[in-house]
Amino acid sequence: MIHPSHFTAVLLFSVFASTVFGITMRDTPRRMFRYGAYCFILFVGSAIVLSWVMFLIAR
Amino acid sequence: MATTPNKPATAGKPAAGKQAQQGFVYLPLIAGWLVPGGGHFLLGKWIRGTLLAISIVAMFALGLAMQGKLYAGAQDILDMLGMAGDLGNGLLFIISRALGLGGQPVQTTIADYGTKFIVVAGLLNIIAAVDAHNLRTGRKSS
Repeated sequence: MIHPSHFTAVLLFSVFASTVFGITMRDTPRRMFRYGAYCFILFVGSAIVLSWVMFLIAR
Repeated sequence: MATTPNKPATAGKPAAGKQAQQGFVYLPLIAGWLVPGGGHFLLGKWIRGTLLAISIVAMFALGLAMQGKLYAGAQDILDMLGMAGDLGNGLLFIISRALGLGGQPVQTTIADYGTKFIVVAGLLNIIAAVDAHNLRTGRKSS
């Protein structure tokens, strides 16, 4: 059994989901890569922002 | 004076469209569902198929390694949705169920993440299979 940290789990999830999104939602390799990178940044960025929001609410 | 008939510029397009419709168009969809990336492999999209297969299989395997649960039945609506997501993994899910893999009902946070990894891997596999179908029918150009 593996025990990744929460942030590692976010990174792993984002990498794989972004790869599939990029390949399936765009036509050309260049646009696929750009869209995949965009999704990855949004996944990780939103996780960080929401984490801070929940941290501040909980205080 | 002899005249030559003008052929429309798009004369080749209907023929290409017909060619795209020939054969069993659902084969890439079914192959892509059963084996992650299989639909793209059938269409000769080797790099895309490999990337999709790596992503989906890795996500499924990580879910199992985190002691994620494989849904066995549908007692309530959430179980039904989880089961639908798991079924998207195709043969990965069927073989894993047959081998008795997967954790017990979720007891830790990481195991809950693992369960979600497995469900999302199934949903991503369905997206990939539909993409292969769209490539086969010509709805997606390349």
